Amino acid sequence: MREIKNHPILRFSRGERIKFIFEGKELTAYRGETVAMALYRHGIDVFSESAKLHRPRGMFCAIGKCSSCMMRINGIPNVRTCILPVQKGMIVERQKGLGDKPERTAKFMPPIERNEKVTIVGGGPAGLSAAITLKKSGITPLIVEQNPLLGGQLIKQTHKFFGSKEEHAGTRGIEIAKEMVDEVKRLNIPHFTNSSAFGFYTDRTLAVFKDNQLVKIKSDYFVFATGAAEKMIPFEGNDIPGVFGAGAAQTMMNVFGIKPGNRVLMVGAGNVGLIVSYQLLQAGVDVACVIEASPKIGGYFVHAAKLRRFGVPILASTTIKRAVGVSRVKKAITVKLDEHFKEIPNTEKEWNVDTVCLATGLIPSVTLLAQAGCEMKYIPALGGYVPLRNRLLETSLKNVFVAGDADGTEEASTAIMEGRIAAFAIAQKEGIDKTSELNETLDELKRLRSGPFGKKILSGIAEAENARLS
Amino acid sequence: MQDYLKVGYITLENLDFPENDIIEKHFVAVTECVQEIPCNPCVTSCPVKAIEMKGINGVPKINFEKCVGCGNCVAVCPGLAMFLVNIRNGKGRVSLPYEMLPLPETGNEVFLLNRVGERIGKGKVIRVFVPDEKFYSAVVTVEFDDVNLVKYVRNIEVIK
Repeated sequence: MREIKNHPILRFSRGERIKFIFEGKELTAYRGETVAMALYRHGIDVFSESAKLHRPRGMFCAIGKCSSCMMRINGIPNVRTCILPVQKGMIVERQKGLGDKPERTAKFMPPIERNEKVTIVGGGPAGLSAAITLKKSGITPLIVEQNPLLGGQLIKQTHKFFGSKEEHAGTRGIEIAKEMVDEVKRLNIPHFTNSSAFGFYTDRTLAVFKDNQLVKIKSDYFVFATGAAEKMIPFEGNDIPGVFGAGAAQTMMNVFGIKPGNRVLMVGAGNVGLIVSYQLLQAGVDVACVIEASPKIGGYFVHAAKLRRFGVPILASTTIKRAVGVSRVKKAITVKLDEHFKEIPNTEKEWNVDTVCLATGLIPSVTLLAQAGCEMKYIPALGGYVPLRNRLLETSLKNVFVAGDADGTEEASTAIMEGRIAAFAIAQKEGIDKTSELNETLDELKRLRSGPFGKKILSGIAEAENARLS
Repeated sequence: MQDYLKVGYITLENLDFPENDIIEKHFVAVTECVQEIPCNPCVTSCPVKAIEMKGINGVPKINFEKCVGCGNCVAVCPGLAMFLVNIRNGKGRVSLPYEMLPLPETGNEVFLLNRVGERIGKGKVIRVFVPDEKFYSAVVTVEFDDVNLVKYVRNIEVIK
């Protein structure tokens, strides 16, 4: 049984049960549960088969970033099931290959148009902070979020945050999310959930799919707070169901109360890998080992120490060579690496695990900005292609801002501050004087990034800002 | 590069530890936060200003003479890297943050675990402090016969 009953930090209040049909069989879901989660809770790992080799496929990211969980829903193929809440009587089918056209024309509503002052794409820490700051400055923005819930990845962060009081230090991420979402509601900030922004065109129209309807949004300003996606790394068997992003495992257990597996191999000892491993232990899941390709642990030492204390080994200079299994991971093979990251022969080790979690970095989600012609640059220190921007986070497109992980993968505290900076910058352009608040936030952000862990991100930001100026 | 970043645990030579005459008086906080990370709730939660830190990215330094052993820092530390140590009536005592199920109860016998999760003895739970779990970790205090273990006990395993 994959359902988590008791948890040291979380209480799961599961809603009423609703029935849906999967491959001709009736299954139940809890209200609010997504299709992918409901299936997974029932022990279903295989969601589709690949187009050419017919290999079984399951979900990977669980937050609507990748395409691994696509299924046929009510006859429509290529629907992302990880962000689609189950509805009563929904017909869910495994998708074979690319998916056939719907047999009957789905009933789409005619498109509508909206005009906004500010549109914020993404309702995570950066987006919500931008929205709250704007509203408090006298400007009402619209938030567009593709997931069923606001709060982004904060809604699964059960650990206490670092930083100082101003950045909610000592508060668990889930509580920060709750505070921010409550404030958005208290301030009556309009927000679309379950709404995917899928296109941003050179005439500055944002195309959003909401409730079976195309919504075309024109806006004086945009803030792209679209977050980041987990990286897949190449190894044999990396498509076998049971290979997840570490964040996906976190979504399963901490948002939906579902165990991702019984025994996990964690790939990557950065903060994500270390934190998620500890949270797996809290959910009652065994962590066989954490492996790290580089010769040292990349995340905070204290997170590593928390795991070691429970007897979880952390092996540096080690990578995953192969995942074994057909419709579910059955084993994983690791191998040691020399100082040039070359495999050392005869150092393979077999692990009996049913789950492999990849915590091997994040890629900023920037496709919408790239589509609209925003100048981009590949900056490894920021996680990949990022939009060029100035100090106040305005991109090469006038009045189009970026904030949070989308401009370089970092963490929630800095995302919150970046959201605030973009909002103050917009307020300034609208003639509302926010100079002192803006400078305060810029200073605070500088202070937070001033330690050794901030060096890499600062070098990347300098590159993005300088390229924007030249 | 410090070795602890290779293996994920720290050894005593990298840590400050109070003399026995101090910890025989009352509980005293010790820290295993040795890396410059942007975080300071231990400093702001200390009622007697016994923890010093140079800027938000500094490493906490505890004034063992000043510390009153209240345990605020143990409950608040996001890295679960603060502990209390005490020797009383010939017994060792350690207070540690604990965020797992089942939470032990006062009087329970538990295995004492070291920094790599090895069992190094048995002890008795003498106090379980459960603050608001939204912001704090539960703090479990264990007592054991071998006073030298105050330097090594950093986790417990509830005996089922």
